[in-house]
Amino acid sequence: MIYLDNAATSFPKPEEVGPAMLHFLENVGANPGRSGHRLSIEAGRILYETRESVAELFNVKDPLRIVFGINATEAINLALKGLLRPGNRVITSSMEHNSVMRPLRELEKKEIDITVVPCSSQGFLDPKDIENSIDKNTVLIALNHASNVVGSLLPVSAVGEIARKHNLLLMVDAAQTAGCCPIDVEENMIDLLAFTGHKSLYGPQGTGGLVIGERVDIEQLNPLKTGGTGSKSEHEYQPRFLPDLCESGTPNTVGLAGLDAGVQFVIKQGIDKIRRHEIDLTRRLIEGLNQIPEVIIYGGSEPENQIAVVSFNIRDTFPSEVGLQLDEGYGIMCRIGLHCAPAAHKTIGTFPIGTVRCSMSYFNTHSEIDQTIKAVADIAKTSKS
Amino acid sequence: MDGNFSVVLFYSTSAAIRAEKLIQGAGLNVKLIPVPRNLSSDCGICLRFDNNDIEEIRTILKTQEIEYDSIHQM
Repeated sequence: MIYLDNAATSFPKPEEVGPAMLHFLENVGANPGRSGHRLSIEAGRILYETRESVAELFNVKDPLRIVFGINATEAINLALKGLLRPGNRVITSSMEHNSVMRPLRELEKKEIDITVVPCSSQGFLDPKDIENSIDKNTVLIALNHASNVVGSLLPVSAVGEIARKHNLLLMVDAAQTAGCCPIDVEENMIDLLAFTGHKSLYGPQGTGGLVIGERVDIEQLNPLKTGGTGSKSEHEYQPRFLPDLCESGTPNTVGLAGLDAGVQFVIKQGIDKIRRHEIDLTRRLIEGLNQIPEVIIYGGSEPENQIAVVSFNIRDTFPSEVGLQLDEGYGIMCRIGLHCAPAAHKTIGTFPIGTVRCSMSYFNTHSEIDQTIKAVADIAKTSKS
Repeated sequence: MDGNFSVVLFYSTSAAIRAEKLIQGAGLNVKLIPVPRNLSSDCGICLRFDNNDIEEIRTILKTQEIEYDSIHQM
């Protein structure tokens, strides 16, 4: 079995992740921060430790400005729906995932204007195009850090600079980059960082969160949910401080215990080492696929400018057919189709058929890449005949 | 602890746990306990510490920018 669908969910996880979750279930188990007894406090500590680990990874000064949720989608919805008001304009790119595009299209119905800045057919963005789209109503720029379709890295720091210059907020969707690319919210000038736990942070599904920077006025942030927080219990109104403002109801403590182990794994390995390995795998796959005449690769050709995601098609063959053959004939698991990102596929010219997407993690090997190239070559040969 | 202790009350559990970690990191002895019945607080747990450490704890809370509700001698 060769798992190349890490951009959907990473697998396998580091060996520390499962035991960390089991430890919570078997030895802690309680509701964090509600009850004041030792197990409740211990559960609260696990949440806090996870906040600290995430803070360390992204260089967040105050760990309490990280609010946890179930995934990047929830975090993006919180940032966009929580901050935008009728009359505001948002600028985004044409490489966005539906996790950004759909909340924005919903907001459009509520008189919030959306400008979608086109990217190149290779999936790259010129920051000047963002700056040229800013008008007097613009309040926020929402940007994918890297495309989940072709892996192209978008110029977050350059856009961050533009956002500061025009006094706008920058929200970054780091679903594909958190844990495999360096992210520093200070250096990259990111005001809102949405991340998911189950991809390159190597945690379980059902974990994620939003980093809320100092430039975001908490008084203007409406939470998606309100409810019990274990704080200000005498009040029937939501507390106005973080993280409680945006964390109502019992959290996914068991999942966040696993996320902490995943993030610690990333910190211990080092982002640079992870990134180098993934660039190496990406280069090997692109070079190998390039040798197959029937294969068309989408996106850029320089692995340094992308994450470990490679989209391709075999000429005159549907992606679904290639995916099925890879799985059934070779035990190779990848993702086919539109990858929840129709705008991105329109940008690279593969809408509505989509592509075959191979996405690697730190755990993939050269041998797995070589077997995949050979399998694609076999399929290309047979589909031709 | 010599039997004379104080408690510091916080707005949120997360802040209480953050304070516990930072104060313990400075080598002081503190314990998270449920808020005593005669006090009321925004969150259910508070930090108990020896009265002798009160000034040092105030300094840590201030320099680490941890917002707290109040300090009470018990």
